[in-house]
Amino acid sequence: MIKFYLKFSCYGSEKMQNDTITLVTSKRKWFSVDLKELWRYRDLAILFVKRDLKNSYKQTVLGPLWILINPFLSTTVFTVIFGVIANISTDGVPQFLFYMAGNILWTFFSNCLSRGTGTFLGNAHLFGKVYFPRLIMPIAGVMYYGLTFFIQFVVFFILVLIYMFTGSAVHINAIALLLPVLLLQTASLGIGTGLIISSVTTKYRDLNVLVGFGVSLWMYITPVVYPVSQIPDFLGWLAYANPVAPIMETFRYAFLGSGSFNPVYWGFSLCVTAVILLFGVLVFNRVEKNFIDTV
Amino acid sequence: MEISENCVIKTEDLSKEYRLGLIGSGTLRSDLQSKFAKMRGKPDPNLRIGAHEYAKNEKFLALDGINIEINRGDRVGIIGANGAGKSTLLKILSRITSPTEGQFCYRGRISSMLEVGTGFHAELTGRENIYLNGAILGMNRTEVDSKIDKIIEFSECEKFIDTPVKRYSSGMFVKLAFAVASHLDSEIMIMDEVLAVGDMKFQKKCISKMRDLAIDENRTILYVSHNMNTIQELCNRCIVLEKGKKVFDGGVDEAISMYFGGEKDEFYSFDYNEKRKNGCDRPDIDLKHVKYIGKANNFFHDDEKLSLELTWENKADIPNLSLRIEVSNIRRQPVTSYIIENFYSGKKGETHTQRLKLDISKIAVGGYYTRYVFYNKQNATSAFESVEDAKGLTFNKRNAEKYELPWNSGWGNVMTEGIELVD
Repeated sequence: MIKFYLKFSCYGSEKMQNDTITLVTSKRKWFSVDLKELWRYRDLAILFVKRDLKNSYKQTVLGPLWILINPFLSTTVFTVIFGVIANISTDGVPQFLFYMAGNILWTFFSNCLSRGTGTFLGNAHLFGKVYFPRLIMPIAGVMYYGLTFFIQFVVFFILVLIYMFTGSAVHINAIALLLPVLLLQTASLGIGTGLIISSVTTKYRDLNVLVGFGVSLWMYITPVVYPVSQIPDFLGWLAYANPVAPIMETFRYAFLGSGSFNPVYWGFSLCVTAVILLFGVLVFNRVEKNFIDTV
Repeated sequence: MEISENCVIKTEDLSKEYRLGLIGSGTLRSDLQSKFAKMRGKPDPNLRIGAHEYAKNEKFLALDGINIEINRGDRVGIIGANGAGKSTLLKILSRITSPTEGQFCYRGRISSMLEVGTGFHAELTGRENIYLNGAILGMNRTEVDSKIDKIIEFSECEKFIDTPVKRYSSGMFVKLAFAVASHLDSEIMIMDEVLAVGDMKFQKKCISKMRDLAIDENRTILYVSHNMNTIQELCNRCIVLEKGKKVFDGGVDEAISMYFGGEKDEFYSFDYNEKRKNGCDRPDIDLKHVKYIGKANNFFHDDEKLSLELTWENKADIPNLSLRIEVSNIRRQPVTSYIIENFYSGKKGETHTQRLKLDISKIAVGGYYTRYVFYNKQNATSAFESVEDAKGLTFNKRNAEKYELPWNSGWGNVMTEGIELVD
């Protein structure tokens, strides 16, 4: 689908009419993401976020408070199982903070991933009836999870400050300024991977079954419940081949001061992210035109 | 691709191809199984017994080279039997799926309503759904803001607008959904059988709203429906699709008669002995043949008389035969009848050919069906002895340019001149 815009002057009609000409052909172009169009539909993305917010906590007593309760509960579970029972080292950082950092960032990542994965199958009905830029869906997902992450992060940040002033071995450093980049990277990586899976699953749904399993497996090879320092040396490179690991490590280094910041690994992860996102958008682009015929 | 100034949609050889049979089996494993089996020359293990094995390249053309040009302000009805490709065409034009061959371009924005209430969310209130649905259909926030009062008023749901739509009755739901869609700003609106929502009153409101949009604001409307009344009320142009091909593009009445009867322009002569035996089944008359005299089509212009020739065989002695020719419009509603009484008497075994001339100058433009009813009237007061009818020829009334006033089918089927100014 190629599109080009030509502006014509309005004639005759009293009412201003949009005279943009759009051409749709059967020929495919490699990359045809229309950013202008995406921008025009920005309100739609915002409304989808609102819809999700409202829908997630409909008829609950605590409402959006669940955004905070969830990570607290799972962080507590992590702390008890991995910290107290398995007694995995957290590099001297208070266990609760350590696990909370890993937990909220990983949740953000895996949510983006699963939202990306569900783009086609989950919205087949909507996509089959009305046209809007399909990329709005994953973008709205990222915005929604970004928002919940932000709320969780604020609480996490307050906790970090409390721990700092009560004299725990926690310190925030300048790397924390990279936070926006880290978040964008996490979201891109999650969505990119999700889009690839989504594009493949329009035909073969096998992968869908694997996704849940794959994500939890991925979590265990990512230093979420353990610090990188605990990985045996001969497996170290393997841990860093995983593009989420440097993000996780950098995030914890920035806000807790544990571990280290390795620009090489991080840069590598950034490159991988860019490639995955680009590839994801490309295959998405290819599939979106006719997926409704095969879904 | 060139597009003229007044044209809003132009398609060029638009085709859509679907593969027959299952598209894969949905799982990687069975697809691989089938592939391996094929490589070793064994039958496909995943093929259902008795299922027809489609050749690898067997394709189905849902749309086959459609060329259409639609001008600004056109209200185009698209009709055709199920599977004719109507919905596929709408889906391609609204960019839900892309064409396999060909291209099209359009001017301005297209918004499509292939279903009422797409994207409505049960948990959201009516008001929130207006915003969400409006955005899905392509409006931005400020546009909705400026129209929300009108939308709510149109939907007749003022009282419930801040209640989640899951509590709505289905009627309220569709009314609200239609209200949103009908307030879109897009230049082109595509609709698939969505006007038939709500009660009769609301349906009327919908149709007149769409007409007003097209006429007052010069919007273009594409409407698919099986309801010919709606098509006739709304549209001023009609496209008939048949098996993925465009078979007609033009006036609404002709299109509808074509869709209904399937009779083509060539239906100007008919042999009752042949194909169909729905002729006259009277015990005394066997209608053999009917034709228009000196015509090779069934179009009649202006004051042209309808010259008809009926041929029948007497199966008994017939005294005082009468004939009524009933004319009905394309919706099979009776329009008028031509009656001629006691015009013929004949002996058994004779074959008679009767020529008739009907004055159709008062009949309005459009397509019509006729029916021949033979009956006997023994004397002036007796009732009809028997009424048997025979399917008759169709005719199309056309106006030449000399009539400056184009007749709208919605005005009725009879054109009278019986109005005078009186001082």
